[in-house]
Amino acid sequence: MTLPDDARLSASYLAPGSSSFADFLAAEAPDLLPARRGLPPGSAADLAPHGTTIVAATFGQPGSGGVVMAGDRRATMGNVIAQRDIQKVFPADEYSCVGIAGTAGLAVEMVRLFQTELEHYEKIEGTTLSIDGKANRLSALIRANLGMAMQGLAVVPLFAGYDHDADQGRIFSYDVTGGRYEETAFHSVGSGSMFARGSLKKLYRDNLSADECVTAVIQALYDAADDDSATGGPDLARRIFPVVHVISDDGQRRMPDTDVAAIADRVVAGRMQHPDGPTASLEG
Amino acid sequence: MTMPFYVSPEQLMKDRADFARKGIGRGRGVVAVQYGDGIVLVSENPRSLHKISEIYDRVAFAAVGRYNEFENLRIAGVRLADMRGYAYDRRDVTGRGLANAYAQTLGTIFSSGGEKPYEVEIFVAEVGDVAGADELYRITYDGQMVDEHGFAAMGGDAESVSTYLREHWTEAGSLADALRLAVAALGHGPDGDRQIPAHDLEVAALDRTRTQPRKFRRLTARVLRDVLGPDAESPPDGAPDDSSAAGGGEASHQPQVPDDPADPTDTASSVPPLEDPVTGEPTSPDDSPDDSPDDSPVAPPLDRGDPTS
Repeated sequence: MTLPDDARLSASYLAPGSSSFADFLAAEAPDLLPARRGLPPGSAADLAPHGTTIVAATFGQPGSGGVVMAGDRRATMGNVIAQRDIQKVFPADEYSCVGIAGTAGLAVEMVRLFQTELEHYEKIEGTTLSIDGKANRLSALIRANLGMAMQGLAVVPLFAGYDHDADQGRIFSYDVTGGRYEETAFHSVGSGSMFARGSLKKLYRDNLSADECVTAVIQALYDAADDDSATGGPDLARRIFPVVHVISDDGQRRMPDTDVAAIADRVVAGRMQHPDGPTASLEG
Repeated sequence: MTMPFYVSPEQLMKDRADFARKGIGRGRGVVAVQYGDGIVLVSENPRSLHKISEIYDRVAFAAVGRYNEFENLRIAGVRLADMRGYAYDRRDVTGRGLANAYAQTLGTIFSSGGEKPYEVEIFVAEVGDVAGADELYRITYDGQMVDEHGFAAMGGDAESVSTYLREHWTEAGSLADALRLAVAALGHGPDGDRQIPAHDLEVAALDRTRTQPRKFRRLTARVLRDVLGPDAESPPDGAPDDSSAAGGGEASHQPQVPDDPADPTDTASSVPPLEDPVTGEPTSPDDSPDDSPDDSPVAPPLDRGDPTS
């Protein structure tokens, strides 16, 4: 690692070049990049904890809406619960956030790199990246991780942000090769994602308010936890609830735990009456 | 073999210092003023090319002199801060570390014979949790690092601006007071005071009361007008009230200065710009709007190639 210690800035710092922090890191201190680690052959999948389910859904009409992202709090290692209160949804910048499923340590590192990448660009260029630009940068970071993904250390993010040009929230999903796909309305990644997506399919409507949208994603996470052992439901005894980020025209904020707890308590109370949750009408 | 002329080290350093000081003195100044909730940085700069920028959560940067040189240093600072914050932690990025790196860099360049000295002067400001923990460093072209307290000025007529600040600055004032003081100080000169219109100002504050980790915020012309009052005090010949119309507004406020809006070196004074804004080549004194009788033009650094390369 070549961090200059209070001496003359080395030439690479003063050289004109890219506005990308990841590119600068690759040239200056490549060992700090999460994807630049040589792994011995073999699977490393069982070595580290895995994060599980992330859900995102848009709400409101263009101009007054936004997007909600929520993640459960469980990390697993095989059949062991490695952590009960892990955070898997992070702010990426003022108008976007990123949730991660897959190898937890690597994913957290990648989120830190992504956050720095966006902030670095913002400071150097004096302007923010477009939401598609941000989504593409994340794609590049994931793509660089393909080698590790093939050895079991995959990271699969979900990216959501507010698009000021289109005046609406947008969601992007990724595969391990860095493929980037825009999702409409809602999406989910992680081990419990198929249950969460099935649940949201029945609960989602176009004109949800922000609070209704939060309720819908918490219902979806409850359904995921119901059927997937690696996804954690609301932990009423320890008062651990999903991490929920709400992004709108005003920027992104993490919903206070007390507000999430109130909604989660209502969801759990409803499940006491109807364990399978709200029912959708059969027709229409 | 030709014998080189002997130049004493004192003379060599003095020449280099004079060269750098002339370059710095011809631009407009920047003022930093500490107030109760942070530090405000103010510059008379109607351009979109910033003199004041964010480096990191609590650290800001301001510079005067040659744009391409201080922009280079600014980017290096952002890289250094982001690198350190990423490798260690956000809290481990300090203004002092950054100021040291700048001082070492400028000092080495100044004293090495092979390089042209940088014609820049820099502020590095860091806001602390309490007013006592605020830090403000001024780094000069030769790598000297000065730990300033309360207020500081550089570039332009720094001498008389500093004097004005020294006479009027009070501790722990409000942002509005600090802003008014800074703008009055910038407009203060040996030949009278002038009111700088809000849309000609570039202002940013490091505000410790911000809840976000990033304490840097720019104050827009609209906010400035609320604090400083409307631009009506400036000449009444219909300056547009829109900050985007910088070219027209500029001309009406300072009719005697035919300044080029595309000039990145931001020298709307009576001396020629250091370089052509488009080609980056040094300008020759005769094709620029120099009508100042008393100021002999400084020889542009012709020995270098393209300064932007």
